[in-house]
Amino acid sequence: MSTSDSTSSLPVTLDSINPKVLKCEYAVRGEIVNIAQKLQEDLKSNKDAYPFDEIIYCNIGNPQSLGQLPIKFFREVLALCDHTSLLDESETHGLFSTDSIDRAWKILDQIPGRATGAYSHSQGIKGLRDTIAAGIEARDGFPADPNDIFLTDGASPAVHMMMQLLLSSEKDGILCPIPQYPLYSASIALHGGSLVPYYLDEATGWGLEISDLKKQLEEARSKGITVRALVVINPGNPTGQVLAEENQRDIVKFCKEEGLVLLADEVYQENVYVPDKKFHSFKKVARALEYGEKDIALVSFQSVSKGYYGECGKRGGYMEVTGFSPDVREQIYKVASVNLCSNISGQILASLVMSPPKPGDDSYDSYMAERDGILSSMAKRAKTLEDALNSLEGVTCNRAEGAMYLFPRINLPQKAIEAAEAAKTAPDAFYCKRLLNATGVVVVPGSGFGQVPGTWHFRCTILPQEDRIPAIVNRLTEFHKSFMDEFRD
Amino acid sequence: MALKALDYDSLNENVKKCQYAVRGELYLRASELQKEGKKIIFTNVGNPHALGQKPLTFPRQVVALCQAPFLLDDPNVGMLFPADAIARAKHYLSLTSGGLGAYSDSRGLPGVRKEVAEFIERRDGYPSDPELIFLTDGASKGVMQILNCVIRGDGDGILVPVPQYPLYSATISLLGGSLVPYYLDESENWGLDVNNLRQSVAQARSQGISVRAMVIINPGNPTGQCLSEANLREILRFCYNEKLVLLGDEVYQQNIYQDERPFISSKKVLMDMGSPFSKEVQLVSFHTVSKGYWGECGQRGGYFEMTNIPPRVVEEIYKVASIALSPNVSAQIFMGLMVSPPKPGDISYDQFIRESKGILESLRRRAKIMTDGFNSCKNVVCNFTEGAMYSFPQIRLPPGAIQAAKQAGKVPDVFYCLKLLEATGISTVPGSGFGQKEGVFHLRTTILPAEEEMPEIMDSFKKFNDKFMTQYDNNFGYSRM
Repeated sequence: MSTSDSTSSLPVTLDSINPKVLKCEYAVRGEIVNIAQKLQEDLKSNKDAYPFDEIIYCNIGNPQSLGQLPIKFFREVLALCDHTSLLDESETHGLFSTDSIDRAWKILDQIPGRATGAYSHSQGIKGLRDTIAAGIEARDGFPADPNDIFLTDGASPAVHMMMQLLLSSEKDGILCPIPQYPLYSASIALHGGSLVPYYLDEATGWGLEISDLKKQLEEARSKGITVRALVVINPGNPTGQVLAEENQRDIVKFCKEEGLVLLADEVYQENVYVPDKKFHSFKKVARALEYGEKDIALVSFQSVSKGYYGECGKRGGYMEVTGFSPDVREQIYKVASVNLCSNISGQILASLVMSPPKPGDDSYDSYMAERDGILSSMAKRAKTLEDALNSLEGVTCNRAEGAMYLFPRINLPQKAIEAAEAAKTAPDAFYCKRLLNATGVVVVPGSGFGQVPGTWHFRCTILPQEDRIPAIVNRLTEFHKSFMDEFRD
Repeated sequence: MALKALDYDSLNENVKKCQYAVRGELYLRASELQKEGKKIIFTNVGNPHALGQKPLTFPRQVVALCQAPFLLDDPNVGMLFPADAIARAKHYLSLTSGGLGAYSDSRGLPGVRKEVAEFIERRDGYPSDPELIFLTDGASKGVMQILNCVIRGDGDGILVPVPQYPLYSATISLLGGSLVPYYLDESENWGLDVNNLRQSVAQARSQGISVRAMVIINPGNPTGQCLSEANLREILRFCYNEKLVLLGDEVYQQNIYQDERPFISSKKVLMDMGSPFSKEVQLVSFHTVSKGYWGECGQRGGYFEMTNIPPRVVEEIYKVASIALSPNVSAQIFMGLMVSPPKPGDISYDQFIRESKGILESLRRRAKIMTDGFNSCKNVVCNFTEGAMYSFPQIRLPPGAIQAAKQAGKVPDVFYCLKLLEATGISTVPGSGFGQKEGVFHLRTTILPAEEEMPEIMDSFKKFNDKFMTQYDNNFGYSRM
């Protein structure tokens, strides 16, 4: 056997790996980010070669990487649970708030042997699930069962689990909003299913029309696809809209009538910036319609990565699974058990997020100040960036009612589109790369999320600290003007 | 009437087929009994802290400081934390871009991956590239990622040892691949015979299966055997000849209880073999913070290192990793600490060594107590636990017991283990959960219960077992190897 033969027939090569891996895409950390990282590396030694000093990552909802601070109370509790002997030291009382110490004790008592380093129950520690269920009930006014909760390493693995259960082949379809957070398209591709798109309406603030849902559903069915579930992201990503309760009721009814599992991505539930909208969980809406376990199968996803806590690196989250028969739930449990359990620190944090300090607690005032500070700043930044984008020639930007992103539409001149084609790049990617090279700001082309064909967008986070926003706005405005000067029809 | 959205029939078949006994029937029954107030000794999973093993002090100090960085600003922090823990916390925080709460690089923090590479280099004597090391939320996630890459469909087979840790069988099921078993030889201390491998591959190929990868678990789970260097060379040569990527599950590399066969990594042996092997055999090696003397299962920290995987494939694996955004940062710091622990001269060194040695020496003693204990029981034969955390005794069930099991609708070892559980509270995993030769029965238990409790546990087991054997004894012979 010659050497050259053996190299070409290696078991693992690009031609021989799982085609589903090749097919899936995830633009949030895709090509543009790779370019940005190379630039960042080069900046270290070649500062003068660039019209900017630093790369600003506005591609990903990663608040603490851009200077947002964690909520102190949460970290106090987590640190005490990490190193429990602190609780035996008298000096600890001088360094930690009283209620964080109390909460740590309460949590440790819910963990067998106080062993935070042990694998837990595969759904997560029971006591923490009790706390989360109570938090859900307090939020919605309807009961939640701790046995319906599966704690996971962030919300994303929970989404994967559901896709794995629902998708057996390409004949199984999942209705997804366009634009969508590309976890959904990637997960559907990895699990070999079909994405059935439904378009959100940019002209009406990214509204969801039931008639469009119906149309897409029927079309898919006519092609022989069994549509299994409907994904709704509320508040929306990348679009930022907060659904009206009326709309949510229609969605719930639609799922019931059509026998679809409702997959409710609610990770931005605490990020609502406009006084005329409010977050309502789909569970609450369903129960308020008197839809119970027998009426609708609903999976609600929550995470510790967003909100005002922004704890992305902790990988904490859960799904609340309702409306499934016991034999299906057994299968969900079984799949969860193969990975044993999610990380304990993330589990604890999920319980803290769902039961933060209350009035009267030692940390309440400082907690509220931190929380309100972060949320009001986000609202402000959302508005500032929205206004700045709307002031650009040929750019329209819907307001960010919630979540962490702006998704402006750019009316690209024909010349720009042709230049992009010549560069073998999608027009929005072409714009974004130019933006990056001129300003150091990293955004994600709209094609990474899906958009109506012939329209171009990009997603930009609202997360750089307030004092950086003016500089970003200036650079963006300058760049856009020169881009339009170059390519204006 | 509303259409049924998701019922059992319409579930993905691969999900229904997949089994994971470690948290299966026995565990669920044990949990039920525990709720009813019965004292249960959970020896079903390698979960040291759940059985009283204490976390090492130094890493917990460091991570607590990273968790609550405001402590580092407090003038009194030195009263609660040693200076080296404080310095180390600052070091790891400086490697992040926003502390524990920010997504890191999807492959893990570059600074930690560099420390892992340095560890591998010190361990093996060969350079290691941090770009080929990916940190994961536990080694299991890493295994799933790699198998997802390799398995295209049911035409793809993965060689898996029998008995095996059922993560492999479960994942292959979920991914719709084919498991190609190769049997370890119980009479040769669970040794691996290359002839068995050849036979398994030949049989699979004759059925039209494309055998793509081979899994070895070294030290073994549930079997505990430590592969010899000669054995590893044979395996690597085999993979070279048969064009298989080798998946080296080395999570128990710190858990070695005999001196004849110390741990030697697959990578080291591969590099020692030189060209063409070292340049062409594809290898992915897995490690974790869950085992060893760390036992930090709940952190979910692991890594895999790729050798001879084409750059474009590495890119694809990176792409899939990026969909999950990043592994949890706390666990990444645990991993950094594990691969670069306190050194002689460090303030915390003595305590660290004392704690680590204490755990390892006790594990070694418990491995012996358990093996001897099982071997003293009627109809039980147990290979010595050379490494890892388990004991996997063979239970020679009399025909009467097998009959009774049939009547109860249970697989014989499940029947035995359920009776054991109900009589003694000892929660084990039946051998059928790991795979075994037809008609030969085992159970897996861990060597993790506290040393002081071991004699009583083994006593309790012996009483139950000998009574069981007497009860079902008859003159028609026994199950045997």
